[in-house]
Amino acid sequence: MAIIETHGLGYDYIRRDDDGNVSGITRAVNNIDLEVEKGEFIAVLGGNGSGKSTLAKHINAILYPTEGYVLVDGKNTKDEDSIWDIRQKAGMVFQNPDNQIIGSVVEEDVGFGPENMGIPTGGIWERVEESLKTLGMWEYRKHSPMKLSGGQKQRVAIAGVVAMHPECIIMDEPTAMLDPSGRKEVIRAARALNDVEKVTIILITHYMEEVIYADRVFVMEKGEIKMTGTPREIFSRVDELKDLRLTVPQATSLAYELKKSGMISLPDGILSEEELVREICRSYSIM
Amino acid sequence: MSIILDHVNYIYSKGTANEIKALDDVCFEIKDADFLGLIGHTGSGKSTLVQHLNGLLRADSGHIYFDGEDIYDKDFEMKKLRGKVGLVFQYPEHQLFEESVFKDVCFGPKNMGLSNMETEVAAYEALKSVGFPEELYYVSPFDLSGGQKRRVAIAGVLAMKPRILVLDEPTAGLDPEGREEILGMVRDLHDMQQITIVLVSHSMEDVANNAKHILVMDKGRVFMEGTRSEVFSRVKELEEIGLAAPRVTYIMHMLKDKGFDVDITATTIPEARDSILKAVKL
Repeated sequence: MAIIETHGLGYDYIRRDDDGNVSGITRAVNNIDLEVEKGEFIAVLGGNGSGKSTLAKHINAILYPTEGYVLVDGKNTKDEDSIWDIRQKAGMVFQNPDNQIIGSVVEEDVGFGPENMGIPTGGIWERVEESLKTLGMWEYRKHSPMKLSGGQKQRVAIAGVVAMHPECIIMDEPTAMLDPSGRKEVIRAARALNDVEKVTIILITHYMEEVIYADRVFVMEKGEIKMTGTPREIFSRVDELKDLRLTVPQATSLAYELKKSGMISLPDGILSEEELVREICRSYSIM
Repeated sequence: MSIILDHVNYIYSKGTANEIKALDDVCFEIKDADFLGLIGHTGSGKSTLVQHLNGLLRADSGHIYFDGEDIYDKDFEMKKLRGKVGLVFQYPEHQLFEESVFKDVCFGPKNMGLSNMETEVAAYEALKSVGFPEELYYVSPFDLSGGQKRRVAIAGVLAMKPRILVLDEPTAGLDPEGREEILGMVRDLHDMQQITIVLVSHSMEDVANNAKHILVMDKGRVFMEGTRSEVFSRVKELEEIGLAAPRVTYIMHMLKDKGFDVDITATTIPEARDSILKAVKL
């Protein structure tokens, strides 16, 4: 069953001058029809300004469609009575962990969401424990979030969302500000939530390496979805991606270069480093 | 025009219970016309370090020599240093404030005391060298795209004609094409105007593709220093401090393990390609 559906979704940003008159309208997303099944791992790619974040903000009712409609677990985001339900079902994680953490102690920060939902105290602590353990941050529960590394802060932010028991988590460039190990921690956490807890994940990113584990990839340009497919399908279209201001993972890029220079037996759409090494061994093994 | 750091120490919240040693006995030299990559995990001291380079933070002990002069000498003109060492902070577009792009870029040189004429020439040259389209000079910086805003912010620093340009994560949050545009622009500044570049980055690929030398920070100390192949060949040590080698370097290591005679110090895609082609005799 679909957890998220959009039908003819369109959204206009309206600019107003000092007197409140409309001075310009920008269509940020246009005519988007998509369905995401429960338990899927979706990656969304696209250049700056392609409408990724605007789309994401429709999924937990931060923005409402100008045209069309969005259903989250069958509920329309325009229906005011469902808003709290929808925001609990679809949680959101943003780019900068410092803007999302409000508590002065890790466990209090994570408890904020369930507390707001009106969960009884005992239940809150259970959820805090369970989500901090899921994210591997239990041993830091008494720490000040300010003293954690970027990757750890972002995992606390994700734990705060997980404690609300969402069906779906939308991550809007969660690794953009992190160092390599922080990036790895966050992506590992996202994959584990998807694999083990069966949480639907929608990951927006500019790092192509983070996309290769997704079930499906949506590529956006000028507010529309221009390509959909498995990572392998998407990343075999190297030249088209370049036109959309994107690129491919390093291993894919190296394979593409090698093939152009004469290693014609390499298949298209190689994604991981292991795969490239395996293919080179198969064709050119010296052993 | 070189900068030498000589046993530099810096402590945050000195004298309180929360003292943090942010720079611990840091010694190194940035040579004239170098392209230095500065890497380290979050909190390793990179940003603290770059703020010392133009005197925004003052070392608790140690010396910094700019072109042979001690910047802590009481006769030293700090203002001159701020013009010569341009600092571009993370998300510099958050600092744009004027009503037009051109005015915003004029702010720096004007503040340095240049005449109106000189200021406008400097702003014009700076916008030109970042490849900013002329038809947008008089639009509001807030109506630009993310990548364009960032160019304007960098032009604002370039207008002060620095000899050393320090960029703290200049590509964070940009799409791959936008990243390449900014890095290409930085390469041009270095190649055509011989500006010394210090590039702080979390992307090992960006550092590998651009820097000549790399300085690795960990816990406020200089952990490693060398050419890019020297630094990135020490993969294990880098991983221990939360960093990594460029992805292609890992591929080269794996191929080597499988018995291919490839160069494990390759850090860029063209280097890796050439070495693999040679190894399989194509």
